Amino acid sequence: MKICVCVKHVPDTAATIKIDGETGFKDSEIKFVVNPYDEYGVEEAVKLKEKNGGEVVIVTVGKPEAAATIRSALAMGADRAILVTTDSQFLDASLTAKALRSAMEKDGLPDLIFTGKGSVDTESFQTQYRLAHSLGIPVVNEVSTLSVDGKKAVAELEVGGGDKQVIEMGLPCVIGATKGLNEPRYPKFPDIMKAKKKKIDEMTLADLGLDASAQGVTLEKLEPVPERTGAKMIEGSVEEQVTELIRILKQDEKVL
Amino acid sequence: MASTGILIETENGAVKETSLGVMTAAADQEIIALVTDTDPAGLKDKLAEYGAAKIVKLTAAGKDVSASPDLAARALAAVVEKYGLTALLGTASTTGKDLFARLAAIMDQPMVSDCVALDIQAKTAKKSHFSGKTFATLKVDAAVFLATVRPNAIEAKASAGAGEIEAFSADVTDPGLVTIKEVKKGDAGKIDLTEAPVIITGGRAIKAAENYKMLEDCAAKMGAAVGASRAAVDAGYAPHSMQVGQTGKTVSPKLYIACGVSGAVQHFAGMKTSKVIVAINEDKDAPIFAKCDYGIVGDIFDVVPVLTEKL
Repeated sequence: MKICVCVKHVPDTAATIKIDGETGFKDSEIKFVVNPYDEYGVEEAVKLKEKNGGEVVIVTVGKPEAAATIRSALAMGADRAILVTTDSQFLDASLTAKALRSAMEKDGLPDLIFTGKGSVDTESFQTQYRLAHSLGIPVVNEVSTLSVDGKKAVAELEVGGGDKQVIEMGLPCVIGATKGLNEPRYPKFPDIMKAKKKKIDEMTLADLGLDASAQGVTLEKLEPVPERTGAKMIEGSVEEQVTELIRILKQDEKVL
Repeated sequence: MASTGILIETENGAVKETSLGVMTAAADQEIIALVTDTDPAGLKDKLAEYGAAKIVKLTAAGKDVSASPDLAARALAAVVEKYGLTALLGTASTTGKDLFARLAAIMDQPMVSDCVALDIQAKTAKKSHFSGKTFATLKVDAAVFLATVRPNAIEAKASAGAGEIEAFSADVTDPGLVTIKEVKKGDAGKIDLTEAPVIITGGRAIKAAENYKMLEDCAAKMGAAVGASRAAVDAGYAPHSMQVGQTGKTVSPKLYIACGVSGAVQHFAGMKTSKVIVAINEDKDAPIFAKCDYGIVGDIFDVVPVLTEKL
């Protein structure tokens, strides 16, 4: 079984984003990682390979620096990778999906595709759907339990209010992974060394016949979310503190 | 005037408050409210009060569209064409996000997920980038503006509409790609975290799963949902479905009360856009106090029961 895992190169969630100009950010000063949700996809793919044999290919659309992030995914046990290079962190979901599809078609379509449920940078939650639709295959997102046999996949996902749906679909399909699916492994030193020798095929959007200027969504402005400057501390005995808190929430803030 | 479709979500036969907020986002447009799962007659007064010119009961060839997410998405695409909509908005709930992503893929149109503000005329939307650390303003180049709105991000305001009811049976079929085999019901009557107007969250200091009962009692007095921090989930005190923050749920309630939550960046990623944040923590140096609105230094097991009693 050939499994492709779409991995995005994103700033570490603990990194401070320093805005640069209207739409840029200082990406050379911060650490980038495998998008946390994609890690669940990598882990699940590697586990399936360990059980059934086959091959796990990482597919990334991102800046050339994404190669370092891809090495982390390879250290988790993936076999090789494809990197479609762009010069922007903010390629829209439609174009990203087209690039992922073209890269996979060129390499030979897989039997199963994993993505994360979304990326923690642009949070647009749709690339996996566009990829699946263009391939004419099923997609299910926010999957926390999965079983795969030769012909079908059964996925469990939360649908709100604690309810869960069990969904069956044929292969190939796209699975958007989320927390609960597995515990992503921490690569050991020998795995990290081995990953350095694994192959990363690089190509550009243009090599795939795609044009970065053809995007439906443009980033006009990036601005920091206003930070709160520190709490107003409520003093006194527990009784007094609670009475004052309720007064504030009801009268001043009108949220109760 | 240009028409905007709003996909209405309901609960127990009533319009969800979050859907009224989405209607308010389109107050300058002619609003067509789309109802899929409920008899529209019972929703008419509320939807008209919040500006619906038309209320359309949507079916797929006369049948319920919710049989499959792909069927529902195809039915929505048919509505866009039938009514010549220039925008279609929904709630960024679990199902809303899924449905709009499917719709955007089918229509091959851009879509902005989880907006906190939008301008339909200008086709711009504001949404979180980098896990709640920045806001991005996105410009959409599309014939039809598709977007989902973060629950509670836009406050609902009444604005009268005619509220004429009609039915539309979309001539679409399910492509049969996915089959819903089973729905496992969670705790009945639980308020959905992502849509709750008030949330009370327990962190590591909750110490045991059974202690969430204390928060549930308090939540019941406020019509609130109960959340958990990652630390509490990882310690096995609460299920992942209750987790707020990075790798959990993103919420934006009017009031967020964090009990015994230290306040990691990843937690803030999931609740930073809440209107008012209150923290109760034993440690006066807990990072959460630097980034919330009101703080009480104290043991949650002393403070919360008094809060429950006085509410």
